[in-house]
Amino acid sequence: MIAKVFFERYDRAGLIFLGVMATIAIFVPLSNLLLPTDSFLHVPTYVMSLVGKYLCYAILALSLDLVWGYCGILSLGHGAFFALGGYAMGMYLMRQIGSRGVYGNPDLPDFMVFLNWKEIPWFWYGFDMFPFALLMMALVPGLLAFLFGWLAFRSRVTGVYLSIITQAMTYALLLAFFRNDMGFGGNNGLTDFKDILGFNIQAQGTRAALFFATALLLILSYMLARWMVTTAFGKVLVAVRDAESRTRFLGYRVEHFKLLVFTVSAAMAGIAGALYVPQVGIINPSEFSPANSIEAVIWVAVGGRGTLVGAALGAVVVNFLKTWFTTGFLAPYWLFMLGALFIGVTLAMPKGIVGTLQDWSARRRERATYTEKSAQKIAEQGE
Amino acid sequence: MIQVRAFCAAVISLFAVLMFAPAAQADFASSLARFAQDEFSETALAIDEIAASGDSRAQQVLEALGSARLFVDPASKKVYWRAATSARTIHDAANGEPVVDPPAGLQVVRINNRLRGATLNAIGALTLMAPDPARRRAAAESIFKSRDASALAPLEAAIKVEKDPSIATLFAQARAVLMLAAPQATKDQQLEAISILRMRADIGAIAALRSTNASADADVKALAADAVTAIEARLKLMSHVQNVWYGLSLGSVLLLAAIGLAITFGVMGVINMAHGEMVMLGAYTTFVVQEVFRAYAPDWFDWSLPVALPLAFLFTGLVGIAIERGVIRFLYGRPLETLLATWGVSLILQQAVRTIFGPSNREVGAPSYMSGAFDLFGLSVTWGRMWIIVFTLFVFVSLLLALKHTSLGLHMRAVTQNRRMASAMGIRTPWVDAMTFGLGSGLAGIAGVALSQIDNVSPNLGQSYIIDSFMVVVFGGVGNLWGTLVSAFALGVANKFLEPVAGAVLAKIFILVLLILFIQKRPRGLFALKGRAVEA
Amino acid sequence: MNQDQSQSQAPADIAAFEGGTKAPPAVTSALLYLDGVSVSFDGYRAIRNLSLFIEPGEMRAIIGPNGAGKTTMMDIVTGKTRPDEGDVLFDHGKHDLTKLDETAIAELGIGRKFQKPTVFESHTVADNVLLALSGPRGPFASLFGWRNKVAREKVDAILETAGLLEHRARLAGEISHGQKQWLEIGMLLAQDPAILLVDEPVAGMTDHETELTAALLRQINKEHTVIVVEHDMAFVRALDCKVTCLHEGSVLAEGSLDRVAGDERVIEVYLGR
Repeated sequence: MIAKVFFERYDRAGLIFLGVMATIAIFVPLSNLLLPTDSFLHVPTYVMSLVGKYLCYAILALSLDLVWGYCGILSLGHGAFFALGGYAMGMYLMRQIGSRGVYGNPDLPDFMVFLNWKEIPWFWYGFDMFPFALLMMALVPGLLAFLFGWLAFRSRVTGVYLSIITQAMTYALLLAFFRNDMGFGGNNGLTDFKDILGFNIQAQGTRAALFFATALLLILSYMLARWMVTTAFGKVLVAVRDAESRTRFLGYRVEHFKLLVFTVSAAMAGIAGALYVPQVGIINPSEFSPANSIEAVIWVAVGGRGTLVGAALGAVVVNFLKTWFTTGFLAPYWLFMLGALFIGVTLAMPKGIVGTLQDWSARRRERATYTEKSAQKIAEQGE
Repeated sequence: MIQVRAFCAAVISLFAVLMFAPAAQADFASSLARFAQDEFSETALAIDEIAASGDSRAQQVLEALGSARLFVDPASKKVYWRAATSARTIHDAANGEPVVDPPAGLQVVRINNRLRGATLNAIGALTLMAPDPARRRAAAESIFKSRDASALAPLEAAIKVEKDPSIATLFAQARAVLMLAAPQATKDQQLEAISILRMRADIGAIAALRSTNASADADVKALAADAVTAIEARLKLMSHVQNVWYGLSLGSVLLLAAIGLAITFGVMGVINMAHGEMVMLGAYTTFVVQEVFRAYAPDWFDWSLPVALPLAFLFTGLVGIAIERGVIRFLYGRPLETLLATWGVSLILQQAVRTIFGPSNREVGAPSYMSGAFDLFGLSVTWGRMWIIVFTLFVFVSLLLALKHTSLGLHMRAVTQNRRMASAMGIRTPWVDAMTFGLGSGLAGIAGVALSQIDNVSPNLGQSYIIDSFMVVVFGGVGNLWGTLVSAFALGVANKFLEPVAGAVLAKIFILVLLILFIQKRPRGLFALKGRAVEA
Repeated sequence: MNQDQSQSQAPADIAAFEGGTKAPPAVTSALLYLDGVSVSFDGYRAIRNLSLFIEPGEMRAIIGPNGAGKTTMMDIVTGKTRPDEGDVLFDHGKHDLTKLDETAIAELGIGRKFQKPTVFESHTVADNVLLALSGPRGPFASLFGWRNKVAREKVDAILETAGLLEHRARLAGEISHGQKQWLEIGMLLAQDPAILLVDEPVAGMTDHETELTAALLRQINKEHTVIVVEHDMAFVRALDCKVTCLHEGSVLAEGSLDRVAGDERVIEVYLGR
């Protein structure tokens, strides 16, 4: 019974996605830890970290697709939510360094000692406790999104106007986090982490565990998002996307729907950022760069907006391409490639990879039923 | 010109000689020889003689003496000095030439406190009469700041011979400072001093007035206090005027960057994220034009900007038309997709420029009329900023007139108001779209020419303007050119008034947050169009 | 009967309202009450001093030339446009509609069908109706609420009425123009509003479809109050109801179709000779 309900919620792409992700979540860390390095199936640690990074991006893409693909809100601020979650994790990790920093100060992170601060600022309180930090990773971006959305949706700022002001918000945060006085490490950000939950952050076992956690979070995020879009809530979101004022005349409080999905989505992006930081080992203000947020949008567009699996797939594909391009002799051409991707996808493949594939299979099925019917007709006529 | 200067110098040194010198005709070498006596009285005589000699070598020798860098070789009785900047290089005081192999056993020429004072005075007097006007100015300023009473005598002497009226004023101001502080000055002298300082009206004058001698007459003190309040009020006003001026200057930059966007976004409703790159292309066009000028017609360099303007307009306009025909026209009615596609265009343009010109800043020179500054009622106005404001207003007015009186302007307004009707009336709407977009891009290009004069010309130039430009257009009210004008200047001035309070970065953040809040309150901007047409 | 009542009632209401406080008049028999309403866009007065009273259970057809203010009148009632002056009251004067937004007005039970059919094109026909069904409409209710349980019977009953049952699984973007009009009327029915505002329901329909639509609206009128804006005089005749003719933003004539159609000024500005 439960299994039936479970399967009903997912389409074929979703089931494939869940299957593949479950396999990756279990196989990659185990292979990295247990198999000998010369084994064909062994996953080297650097590959695991790289894929782990992609999976964080995939969660970010899912969260963006939830608001853009389903509700039509093109947020250019999701990079900022991602970075805020990352900073929350970074603050926890900074506090875990304790007296092992360069200055050996047990109470203050190195950069504060360097700035000659005497005591830790109030907004760093509690970040030495993991549960609190965990809460903040979702709560801070969520709260910002809630406040921002509450103002914006209530006054019916929509479309490109919303995109522009979310970008302005991201830009303002970028400028703010570059300032030393903000108390987040300024230009250099937070880095030189030592351990997480008492485990050495560089250790292979910790990295494998982080990878597993990321894969698991991706699965859970997908399930949450899928649940949201398949309920009547999701139908209202799509209705808002396609005909906002009609939805209003139907008696729906459009701004409440937008606010809920925007907040949930921002929290999801924050968690993605929080998982990203321990795997790359640094968080700095450049993560707030408006370009990052737009790049995340193109992942979703490439994979297929309005298809959750597509968003995740797009994030992995585009970032794989980026790694491949920027590490080889093709590096100077990556931005040409990325630019062309932006133009090409919007012009030639507006539904993205998954959306286009779904269209194809739907058309094939239609053709199949059509030929079946006409065959039947011919047979009838023959009689 | 040079002859006149030489003549002046000669006259001045002649005066100096008459003024100071008991042993005026003593030649420089014999004066130097006095140092070798190692007697304070002889040294004092040497100082006077050298100061009076008006010799070009005098300055070096006296400065060396004052800072214990003057040496005597006891064996040959010759005098040497060591350069202030290098511990190694020893010069022969007689001719100023560096000595390759200085004799061993050099001894410092000793001086006592009285002699040090005399030396410093002598140096001051020397610079007060130096042939170079810049040095005379510096000397006057230094006396003004140091309020060294002993400089009064040489100052009085210098005032008598000074020909340059602006330097004479400086001397008078320096003298006024000394008079105020001096206990022996008469009341009239002090009152005159106060009025002179009041005319100067800067922070230095306030400090000088505050240091009025405690024993001075009560009237003098009252007048000095009065002058301080007057100057402070004036300074406060000046700082406001200055802020407004800087704000207008920033506003004109914002307006320049946004004016093309006011056409493409405001009038056509196209979200062109590559707008900043159009500005960047305009700046690089200027760079290329200047390179050509440097290579082929360096004497005509001042003409590089007037030549670059139409070229930048044409070039970026054509690029704009290419973008409109190649990308944007397929996306009309899909603003979010337009945003993404034009972002892609911006990435490509940036990388293309980076590939061709390299990632670092390019040097764009300022023609003579763009450099320098002039003084406007105590406000220092740089010519560059001044011309940019004038130019911006010129562009704005031309655009208004063009929209009103040209056929393209007429067609543009027709198409934006009712596309189908315009099309039915035989207006080729695709052509109008392309031309309008080209116009907006071309305006961005000439903005780039102007901005190349005040900003770094690098592939990232456009990125720093795009968010600001959108904010300006949205704040002013989309589709309203006057709104864009008001909004650009308002944001510029607001920014400059916040900067002293909050710092540049925080001011910018503050403005951004304010704008975000403002858009919540009035999503259609300051001067919104109303009615049913807007809803559609 | 209805007609006389509304005519005689209205002036008394106005007197009470103007003499008293700003509060809505306590008693009006009208379900929808517009009085002295004016609105202008950039100096153009789209509605001037418009007064209109709709009784419960009434069907009212509104006719008038282009620019007479028909659609703007609906915008005002549904909260899309705020009037510059005048009173817009609902449900016997209980609610002041000028103070409410679209959603709140829809929640009170005022449903609207747009001139251009607007259905949710990427949803199926059945989902369109499902979204319209009356019931809690908050975001949390939609996540956890009954709308996710099977509501097939309710949906199908409405699709049956609208004649769209066999198209239930198709995307609303794929059905024909006339079917979209019916779907929109069906969605109005699903909303179960106290009053339906229907803007040009038969524009672009065949004669046969027009007849079916008139029958559908008459059937709906058995349980709901209906206001129809239409140009098609044959359709208006088929509705067989009281008619109001608007011109330049105010009422030109009101009464039975024959009376309005016989009015000199109506012939002058609208029907033609």
